[in-house]
Parts: sequence; C-alpha cells; structure tokens
Amino acid sequence: MVKQQANWSPYDNNGGSCVAIAGADYCVIAADTRMSTGYNILTREYSKICKLADKCVMASSGFQADVKALQKQLAARHLIYQHQHNKQMSCPAMAQLLSNTLYYKRFFPYYSFNVLGGLDNEGKGCVFTYDAVGSYEKVGYSSQGSGSTLITPFLDNQLKSPSPLLLPVQDAVTPLVEAEAIDLVKTVFASASERDIYTGDKIEIVVVNATGIRREYMELRKD
Amino acid sequence: MFRNQYDTDVTTWSPAGRLFQVEYAMEAVKQGSAAIGLRSKTHVVLGCVNKANSELSSHQKKIFKVDDHIGVAIAGLTADGRVLSRYMRNECINYNFTYESPLPVGRLVVQLADKAQVCTQRSWKRPYGVGLLVAGLDESGAHLYYNCPSGNYFEYQAFAIGSRSQAAKTYLERRFENFTDSSRDDLVKDAITAIRETLQGETLKSSICTIAVVGIGEPFHILDQGTVQQIIDTFEIAAEQEGPAAEPDAAEQSAAAADQGGSTDEGVAPMDI
Repeated sequence: MVKQQANWSPYDNNGGSCVAIAGADYCVIAADTRMSTGYNILTREYSKICKLADKCVMASSGFQADVKALQKQLAARHLIYQHQHNKQMSCPAMAQLLSNTLYYKRFFPYYSFNVLGGLDNEGKGCVFTYDAVGSYEKVGYSSQGSGSTLITPFLDNQLKSPSPLLLPVQDAVTPLVEAEAIDLVKTVFASASERDIYTGDKIEIVVVNATGIRREYMELRKD
Repeated sequence: MFRNQYDTDVTTWSPAGRLFQVEYAMEAVKQGSAAIGLRSKTHVVLGCVNKANSELSSHQKKIFKVDDHIGVAIAGLTADGRVLSRYMRNECINYNFTYESPLPVGRLVVQLADKAQVCTQRSWKRPYGVGLLVAGLDESGAHLYYNCPSGNYFEYQAFAIGSRSQAAKTYLERRFENFTDSSRDDLVKDAITAIRETLQGETLKSSICTIAVVGIGEPFHILDQGTVQQIIDTFEIAAEQEGPAAEPDAAEQSAAAADQGGSTDEGVAPMDI
C-alpha cells in the first residue's frame, strides 16, 4: 500500500527578485515587475513592493497570492496598532510583526520570501530579511527570490563589511550615498536579468528617507 | 409607582409594558457631558464638551476615529463607549479586508443596534450605558446617526445628547434647515456655537471642547486645539448676537429625518418612537 500522493499543489512560484540596501539615513528597496508561472509570463507590470507604514516598505517574491494575503493581514494589523497607540508602527516593530505573522502559519506557510526595508526610530536605514516561516535578521543589505543566487554574491563583493569581531567595529549599513546605492541596485538587476529568466521587464525602486518615500522605475530586458 | 418592583433586572417587564433597566441606561446617557453632531450634504461635524474630574486630571476622550470615513462621539459611560468603538473599528477592518471597500455607515449602525439589543434580552447582561453619535460617509452621502442603549437608532440632520443638550438642540432646531447646503467651515462654526449653548454662560475655550470633521475628500480627523481656538476667537470678535430665546413653534416642528428623542412624561415609553 503506497502512501497517497497529492495530484495538485496549493502553491505556485511567480518568480522575480527583490533587493534592499540600508544606508546611514536612507533605505533602498527594489524588485522587478515580472510575474511568471512556469515558462510563461503572466504580466510585465506587477508590483511586488508594498508600503506597510510611513517608514516601512516590504518587497516579496514567491507565490504572489500568498504575498497579497500577507500584505492585507499586515495592513489590517497596522490599522489596529494605530488605533491603540495613536502612531505609526516603527520598522523594527513591523519586522517583529511580520515574523510572528509568518510563523503563525508554520504548518501551511505563506510561500513568500520577504525583505523589509525602512528607517528605524533614529532615522537610520535598516533592512530585515526573512525566510518563508518567519526566521529574520537585521542586515545591511539583502536579496530574495529567483535571482538572489546571482545578486547576493555581487552585493557581498560590493557591500559586505568585515567580521563584526574585527576592531574597529564597522556598521552593517553601507557608507554609500543614496545615489550610489540606487546605481548599484540598477547594475545588480541588469546583471541578474541577463541570466535569470524570471527576472526582467522593469525594476521598481522605492527610496525611504527623512523626506518621505519616493518611487522610480528602470527598464530591463524583456526576454 | 410600580417602578421599584419591576426594575431589578432587564428581563422583567413592567405592567405598563416598559423595561425600566433600559430606561435607566438611557438616563446614564443624559448624565454624561454633552456631545453634538450636524451634517451637510458633504460633511459631518461632531463636537463634545470635555469634562475633567479635577484640574489635575486629563480630559476624557469622547470622540473616536473608527475608520477614515466614520467617527463616533459618545455620551454616558465612557468605558462602554470605548468598548463599542473597539468593536466598530474591528468591524470596519474586517469588512475592508473581505470586500476591499469601506463599510457603509448604515450597515455599521444596524450591527451596533443589534449588539445593544442583545443586552436588553439577557438576564446576565446589562444594557450599554452610552449613547453614540455616529458620523460617516458612504456612497449615498453624509450621514449622522444616534444609537441608543435600547437598541434603537435614528438618522438625524443634527442632534445633541448628554447633559444640557436641550440648549444645543434648541439652537440646532432653529438652524437645521440651512445645514444641508452649508460649507464645511460654517458647519464647524455652528457646531462650536451649539457646544457653547450647552455651557450656559461658562467661557468657551478650546481646552474644554473637541471638534471632529469627516467629509468628501476629507478623512475623519479631530481638529487640533489651535485651529479650534482660532475659530472661537472669530466669534468673540463678531460679538454675541444670538438671542437665547427660541421661537415656540420651531421647537414643535419635528427635525428633518426623525424624532428628537423621548420626552420625560411618565406615560410615553421613550423607546417607543
């Protein structure tokens, strides 16, 4: 008697890549806008980036239906927080909430690979990176999604700080200026879309700094 | 004469067909500090008098934002009001989550009313001791509702609840016909004037009143003290011109949408409108 196998899967992978880089007083979050299934493209203009709070933005790749459900959950929880505390959630607070929300579905996970970016309570850039069940870490930069294996080594080469054990202590956030970080993001996506079939079409770049949230786009290869 | 025998719990009728516990709950509303509401075609304004226990304590919060398009002012047991506001906020969030659109005000007040009714028909519960003025916008325009502890609700062009609210009601009755086409700023001025009526001589300052507005293109928000004080100052410059005498026939006419609430004569049950 062989164990019965499922003849369908509740999950699908819509592909795409996300990147976030934290700076001294800004944070850059970027994702491509291609949504695919299998070897087909569903649309070239789908946003994977969601503004969760005034200074907190999330980019997620994976199964976009789960991503959308996750975004709605967080938005509703944020409203409740605002009613109770009379203020917006800070980025570290949202980071913990996201982790708890993901772990809540530990045994039927959100197929969502997230990077959270924004400014912390002191106005410094911060990036949090997650796995599908909520394990998270504060980092200086991160990438998730189908192109992450191509992007992360390049970011390591450009941004990785030496070991925190080494003196003098170096900050995780990059010393790069905002314009340099945006340039780096554009370069990184251009390279990833060369070799990753699921990454391409357009990049959506969101920049969070003291003046607010700004959005820009860049064209990528359509093939 | 029979009140004391039939008022022990809410599930006992009086021989005259009244539920005294519910009527006592409505009394609690009349004891609370005043809250008023008025609406035009595009905006609704809520105002309330802030009572503080002593000079050392802070004022009670009586106006709550429920959603971008709905707000509520309460009079009576503010603790009950807080709990009901939390319920209303939850309902709005859940509806928005499911339908990706704002909860229509009319639906919300019915849910609130049904919730209040439950407490009038359970022996282990007591009615909510708070009256709510619900101000909101939906596809059919601007609305102002009054929710009673009895589980009744009414729509109004303008209304006032709480202690000394009759003075405000008299003022509003004189002016309500103009409200539909009022501008937002005139509506706010009228609200502040109505509040002043309830103070009966006490100086009107922005520290003892709170004003909130919701309108088309304007999410629900509470006006900050500075803005309110500025408007009050423009009144003082214009000088008191309003005679406190109300015309007798204006008081007898029923207001635009519904009744003005029960009178206090013994024969008529206040819920029976």
